[in-house]
Amino acid sequence: MNAESPGFILINSCIMNNFVLSAFLGICPFLGVSGKFETASRMGMAVTFTLIVSSTCAYAINALLAAFHIEYLRLICYIVIIAAVVQFIEMFMKKYSPALFRALGIYLPLITTNCAVLGLALLQTSKGYHLIQCFAYAVGAGTGFTIALVVMAGLRERLNLHDVPGMVKGTALSLMLAGILSLAFMGFAGLGT
Amino acid sequence: MPKNDWFAMVRTLGMVSLLSGVLIVMAYEGTAARIAWNKQQATEAAVFAVIPGAVQKATFAVGQDGFTRLENHDEKGPKVYAGFDASGTLLGVALEASAQGYQDTIRALYGYDPVKQCIIGMKVLENRETPGLGSKIVTSEEFLKNFGALNVSVNADGSALEHPIELSKRGMKPESWQIDGISGATVSSKAVARALNESAQRMAPLVKKHLDQFTVK
Amino acid sequence: MTIEQQKFSRGPSDLSTFLNGLWRENPVFVMVLGMCPVLAVTNAVVNAISMGLATTFVLVCSSALVAMLHNFIPKQVRIATYIVIIATFVTIVDYVIQAISLKIYGALGAYIQLIVVNCIILGRAEAFAGKNTVRKSILDAFGMSIGFTFALLCLASVREILGNGTLFCNTPFVIHLFGPHFEPWAIMLLPPGGFFVLAFWLLLFAWIRQRKTSKGTLTS
Repeated sequence: MNAESPGFILINSCIMNNFVLSAFLGICPFLGVSGKFETASRMGMAVTFTLIVSSTCAYAINALLAAFHIEYLRLICYIVIIAAVVQFIEMFMKKYSPALFRALGIYLPLITTNCAVLGLALLQTSKGYHLIQCFAYAVGAGTGFTIALVVMAGLRERLNLHDVPGMVKGTALSLMLAGILSLAFMGFAGLGT
Repeated sequence: MPKNDWFAMVRTLGMVSLLSGVLIVMAYEGTAARIAWNKQQATEAAVFAVIPGAVQKATFAVGQDGFTRLENHDEKGPKVYAGFDASGTLLGVALEASAQGYQDTIRALYGYDPVKQCIIGMKVLENRETPGLGSKIVTSEEFLKNFGALNVSVNADGSALEHPIELSKRGMKPESWQIDGISGATVSSKAVARALNESAQRMAPLVKKHLDQFTVK
Repeated sequence: MTIEQQKFSRGPSDLSTFLNGLWRENPVFVMVLGMCPVLAVTNAVVNAISMGLATTFVLVCSSALVAMLHNFIPKQVRIATYIVIIATFVTIVDYVIQAISLKIYGALGAYIQLIVVNCIILGRAEAFAGKNTVRKSILDAFGMSIGFTFALLCLASVREILGNGTLFCNTPFVIHLFGPHFEPWAIMLLPPGGFFVLAFWLLLFAWIRQRKTSKGTLTS
């Protein structure tokens, strides 16, 4: 399969090189908001949407910076753009979709400091993707993030019903689960060959 | 007083942006020469590693009709590197190849000798293969020996390779255009073969056709 | 108790500000912040040290600058200002590492630039440097970054020793710990190993803390 085709990029970033479980991007929300299935799926949706918008914006900004030969301002521009995009999405949702806005609640502003968003912008630049590839990359990364979060939330909800030693409870348990999930996702490696 | 607030905000953001701009430009200017030198050294080392005996290199851009010499290394687009010995004789051309490996894209540089029509060296530049298994494509001397004189003869009408580069069948003695894969790392070895084949099919005829364009000066 | 109260009234001493980040509020093991670099770059000790140094530089410089400016920064734009300040220092570190060694730069990859979104740095700017003097902020930043580097080293040493059988590989001081017949645990270098080792360290520290508190209740 051609490694540059948008379809392959989508599957690759979603399953084989899952952003959370293989590239360690977006671990904080992965550990923080994976307690409940409901919130996890909403967070996943919000992040996917932000990824798509910010990836497109980052592509445009990078083209602009390259035209003026001022690539050294890339990082600062990206982070400012991401902060602005998150703000903008928040305002837009508040006005046109108050129900969704209420559902996402406090998770929206937290996305600004989600490594996955900045990580995607930086990685797509270093890989030199064009616009359609960027879009596929963003959709794949967002879906992968949502899958990881939702699976994790399902596991943790089940574990709440079981008797776990007090010392293990909390982050240590989540990390062990994440390790097992990550092992499982390693099975997808080699899918494209 | 809202007006004062507004002024304070703009003033602060303006000042901080100015300060950060100055700091970044200073850091960039201060390190640019050194970074360029580092990159130059890294490519040079890689090129000399895949073209044994080379002591000078020149960079060429790949265009529609052959190769043009590049002086500025920041130029974007596909590039090839020619390696010469001390007297300026062309020893080989270093070409880039990439293919999807087990985990992520494998990027490699290989040396092509257009006179002998052989691949004379290969170096993996970037890989995320499994440590201890797939990562053997970087370290295994047995595997790297494959690329000492790998036959990549161009066919009669000069459009492609006579034989595609491929992995040899298990237990069979490899032909001169075949690669003996690493057991336990078949996927990664295959990816290297595929990368080289894809690149050589395209580039070897082109290099052979425009051989006179590779001049040392 | 009186000593404790006296201490409290004078505010925490310099030493306790410094030690705070090292142990009691260790950013990784206690506050569980900045997980992405902790998991991603700890497959070799040399990567962990480089990452620790880069984060130290950014944290100390940005804390100092934020503490210097915090009287001039209006509350409404403070986060934006902090982010711009942090991004500036990260860009500088990015170029400096490229100038020092492209090998290290390649090994750390995008994670150097991702220091910008490391919650520890923005968290310290918001929670400490924005309210305290320059001196105190620098001390706090040093404590926090040493605590962070210590955590990175804890993870990296376990992962490298078991996963590669060496310490300080990719440096001139490489030490081979086991004989030639050692079969490396490749899983330790892979992503799952990062999760498992971090879970192990968290458990170890939870156990130490639990023992301490249970001892305390027994003696008192």
